[in-house]
Amino acid sequence: MKKNLFQNMKKTSRKNLVTYLICFSFFAAVRIMGATDNLTRHFSSLLVPICINVILAVSLNLVIGFLGELSLGHAGFMSVGAYAGCLFAIKFKEILPAAVRLPLAMLVGGMVAALFGLLVGIPVLRLKGDYLAIVTLAFGEILRSVIINLNFTGGASGLKGTPQDATFTAGFAAVILTLFVILNLADSKHGRAIMSLRENAIAASSVGINANGYKLMVFSLSAFFAGIAGVLYGSSVSILSASTFDYNKSIEILVMVVLGGMGSIRGSVIAAALITILPESMRALADYRMLIYALALIVMMILGTSEKFMLLRHALSPRRLLSKAVKHFRYKKEGQNNG
Amino acid sequence: MNFLSNLISGLSLGSIYALIALGYTMVYGIAKMLNFAHGDIIMVGAFTCVVFITNMGMHPAVGVLASVVVCVVVGVLVERIAYKPLRSAPPLSVLITAIGVSYFLQSLAQLIFGTNQKSFPKFISLSPITIGQLTIKGESVVTMAVTVVIMAALTLFISKTRMGKAMRAVSEDKQAAELMGISVNRTITITFAIGSALASVAGSFYGLTYGFVGPYSGSMPGIKAFVAAVFGGIGSIPGAMLGGILLGVIENMAKAYISTELSDAIVFGVLIAVLLVKPTGLLGKKTNEKV
Amino acid sequence: MADRTMVPFPSNAIVPRKDADKRPVLEAHHLGIDFGGLTAVEDFNLTIGRSEIAGLIGPNGAGKTTVFNLLTSVYQPTRGTILLDGYDTKGKNSFQVNKMGIARTFQNIRLFANMSVLDNVKVGLHNKIKTSFPASLTHFFGYSQAEKAADRKALELLDFFSMADMRDMPAGALPYGDQRRLEIVRALATQPKILLLDEPAAGMNPSETARLMENIRRIRDEFDIAVLLIEHDMNLVMGICEGICVLNYGRVIAKGTPRQIKSNPKVIEAYLGKKAEGKNA
Repeated sequence: MKKNLFQNMKKTSRKNLVTYLICFSFFAAVRIMGATDNLTRHFSSLLVPICINVILAVSLNLVIGFLGELSLGHAGFMSVGAYAGCLFAIKFKEILPAAVRLPLAMLVGGMVAALFGLLVGIPVLRLKGDYLAIVTLAFGEILRSVIINLNFTGGASGLKGTPQDATFTAGFAAVILTLFVILNLADSKHGRAIMSLRENAIAASSVGINANGYKLMVFSLSAFFAGIAGVLYGSSVSILSASTFDYNKSIEILVMVVLGGMGSIRGSVIAAALITILPESMRALADYRMLIYALALIVMMILGTSEKFMLLRHALSPRRLLSKAVKHFRYKKEGQNNG
Repeated sequence: MNFLSNLISGLSLGSIYALIALGYTMVYGIAKMLNFAHGDIIMVGAFTCVVFITNMGMHPAVGVLASVVVCVVVGVLVERIAYKPLRSAPPLSVLITAIGVSYFLQSLAQLIFGTNQKSFPKFISLSPITIGQLTIKGESVVTMAVTVVIMAALTLFISKTRMGKAMRAVSEDKQAAELMGISVNRTITITFAIGSALASVAGSFYGLTYGFVGPYSGSMPGIKAFVAAVFGGIGSIPGAMLGGILLGVIENMAKAYISTELSDAIVFGVLIAVLLVKPTGLLGKKTNEKV
Repeated sequence: MADRTMVPFPSNAIVPRKDADKRPVLEAHHLGIDFGGLTAVEDFNLTIGRSEIAGLIGPNGAGKTTVFNLLTSVYQPTRGTILLDGYDTKGKNSFQVNKMGIARTFQNIRLFANMSVLDNVKVGLHNKIKTSFPASLTHFFGYSQAEKAADRKALELLDFFSMADMRDMPAGALPYGDQRRLEIVRALATQPKILLLDEPAAGMNPSETARLMENIRRIRDEFDIAVLLIEHDMNLVMGICEGICVLNYGRVIAKGTPRQIKSNPKVIEAYLGKKAEGKNA
């Protein structure tokens, strides 16, 4: 049987293509629903938050899933980016049109956040595991209290007057850019170097991988995208308040990454979208939302890594189930052909 | 005089941090994990005190004791259900699980008690002690006195009893301890029980000091106590005591002389500075990964 | 020789080839390290020539792996100097000394277990792949050519050990012997001038060990590099090593050819204890 183009592609490229397809079909579906007046107001209000959360989850997954370190300060990077980008947008409110202003604001926010990523990264180089996690948490909290105590950020009452530039199209473009960069990175020499550090840092150094350099790179790149998400957020709310970016926000992003599967970009995309949509759509569950997140974290970890559940995991792995189904189908087809 | 009274309230706050930090450091030393949910045990302890004393009208002493029992049960259950299956799992998974447990306890408390803070019963009513111009609150005196007694008892327990020796053995080398006939699982359970009991006592003092308790009351003192444990050198019991007390003093001084809003930022700044200068903390020892 | 320590390390390329051929690939002078007051290795001297196969032996706990860790900058020596291809490795990190030309395997296998066999080798090729950071992010600017070249090179290396057909398996799923071989391939991928093997035959049966011996010789001949190995299997050590260094309690007690080592009374004593009647070590 001659293989088609899709089968000829590298396995990773094939996987990435599916991820892009999911995103574009979602975008197309929303556009069609909008054109045919099927989009509820409630749902359209969720579109930008979905984009924000997808970017946050995908960029955090770079640290957790690929580098194998836990960052609890992602909301902090988001806030730095948000303030930098929004202050920029306010400054150029009259001068630049929205179509130029937002991308530039995102760039500014991303760059400033990346700078802070480097700043956090430097002490973090000497640490790993639990220590690293707690230092990122500490950084997030420091950033928040500093922002609240500054004047030009609007202090505790928040920053007002940011032009409301964030649209679904802009958010979607930012999502695609994020995916493009991170998926490409994962399938490159730099990406392999990052993953090798997750797998075994000593061995990675022994084959010439600069562990510190790559850690810094991952932290600042991840912060860059968190900053972009922050700018999107700041451009979609009337008051930007630092108290939004607390430790709980970081945990919420962590939940998205864990539920989607650490190291799976597609998983992060889907989990981030679902976690944004579901609680808003099921009001009855709203009270139990946090409880469900918490249980999900625990159950995912126990089922995912405990030795006891190794067999269960193997039996239920989607790949295995799929290949079983395919085999079953082929067998039937061959049976029909022969008969 | 002002300085002295700030110092004393700092010592009192530091005693609470030290009690919590002991739980972190013992669990870290023995189970080699950061029990992120430890701070929330404080909240559980404070809430159970409210229920037993205010709602059910128990005698304060009985109420505090009952809350200790509840916290020990919760701590041990958490260990058994959530952490035990992950003994050989990667540290990242254990940490995420612990964050999950912390989140779980908080949201459960929120479901049961609501988002609003409850007022904590003032069951110790000592009149303030006045020495010259210096006034010391009665609660502060009790907090510091009880902390000193507990620390002395704990030090004796660790150094003199069979169980204490077992704990030290497990923290040195789990496998060797197991081969010597020490039940590692039991030792870890007992460590969690002791840690939770201390957290519960800390919870009562915390409630007494601030007068209120809410679902998130445990998270900030918990994180700060962890900072204290790292400051003193994680895994080291005297380190946790020293770190806790120093941190309480630093926080209070920052509040008094720099800025109330920035005091948390300063505490975290201390953590980062310590980790940069001496990653093993004041009294911790260095461990090398074997290559 | 001593003045070589003054040579800075910008790039190996500036060394004139004819000089390089004569110079030893690795020299250790008076190397020593203390761990909290305890001396683990003391006054360790070793010179390994180009294309030499050398062995480092000694009883358990003699400090053999510590020497490897010193040579690869996992630990910084308390005393002494290491010259790698003539350049001092003082103050360099593990990844830097790897770039200078030393690669190693580990006693307790350290593979990238969840990555494919091919990717493990490609991580080894890291510094040989010419993909810029922008190229990695965009997959343009020569990404495909570089990646294809890396695939070819990695498969070529895997083929050397007839492992090319395992390319897509996760490294952690390989049988034990193959994991050991993959570690060697990964180390070779960094194109070292000297390869350090830490107990390569551990856990292997005699026929596997015989194949390993053959492979170590082939590595030396085809890649034209030096090999230093730690091994407890005396048949292997005596069979392929041209020079042997014996370590006991962190000190060198004997050096020489396999024949000299076999009959050295100090070595026999170290292995069998003082009162032993000179049996084969």
